[in-house]
Amino acid sequence: MENFTPLASLFGGALIGLSAVVLMLLNGRIAGISGITAGLLSFSGSVPDRGWRIAFVAGIVIAPLALVLLTGSRPDIAFVAPMSMTIAAGLLVGFGTILGNGCTSGHGVCGIARLSTRSIIATAVFMTAGIATTFIVRHLIVGG
Amino acid sequence: MKRLLGGLAAGLLFGAGLSISGMINPAKVIGFLDIAGAWDPSLAFVMLGAVAVTAIGYRTVLRRGQPMFEPRFTLPTRRDIDPSLLLGASLFGIGWGLGGYCPGPALAGLGFGGLETYAFVAAMLAGMIAARWYANRQSTADGARRAS
Repeated sequence: MENFTPLASLFGGALIGLSAVVLMLLNGRIAGISGITAGLLSFSGSVPDRGWRIAFVAGIVIAPLALVLLTGSRPDIAFVAPMSMTIAAGLLVGFGTILGNGCTSGHGVCGIARLSTRSIIATAVFMTAGIATTFIVRHLIVGG
Repeated sequence: MKRLLGGLAAGLLFGAGLSISGMINPAKVIGFLDIAGAWDPSLAFVMLGAVAVTAIGYRTVLRRGQPMFEPRFTLPTRRDIDPSLLLGASLFGIGWGLGGYCPGPALAGLGFGGLETYAFVAAMLAGMIAARWYANRQSTADGARRAS
């Protein structure tokens, strides 16, 4: 547990919650990253609400860089998976979040906060699948 | 224009939260999912903080008749637990466990120029397009079955 950061994580989580509240108050939308991102991927004609989706994604990309300028320290970003596994992971995350109508933010944060049964079940399923996959990869395959 | 500002404000807060909480780091997320290893429970605190603030905030906000920059709230209405929900959540969870990234942190990491992050996001977008194509095909097939 040497990497345990309860206060920073609680505060960061509260900011994510504040983001969800702000998006609902201003635009009346659920802060679901997979849905907002996928809404930009339509190639057939114009998407009426493309603008705020682009602004939202831009905000997510810009904020961590702005924090580096403010604090002078870069966040740690380290990968434990080799490149091939990272690409497979991306495909599964993209396909699964659209098929299941949400990810950690839409189901895990906004949906649970609304006490949505669909979101509570989806979150239990992806948490369990994530823990099981990590166990298989890190202890049965890599760990031997 | 106001809706753009709404999106940007929420995105900035979200990105800051992902960075400060440590979720931007795939190794830290794997540390949370790896309950049989050197378990790092930090992610539970991210969820706790996020869900608590959202639950309280939504209560207040949804009591208003409408949002500030839009005529109405857009809320999910489905309640059924269908196979797509369970299959989709399972595939997502497997991908999350393999890579340590879910969609938000992957986007938040884009500014730091890691090749793995670019590759993950490109694959994620391809997966999203494939899922849309698959869902469209399913609903077309369902429609054809009902029509015949």
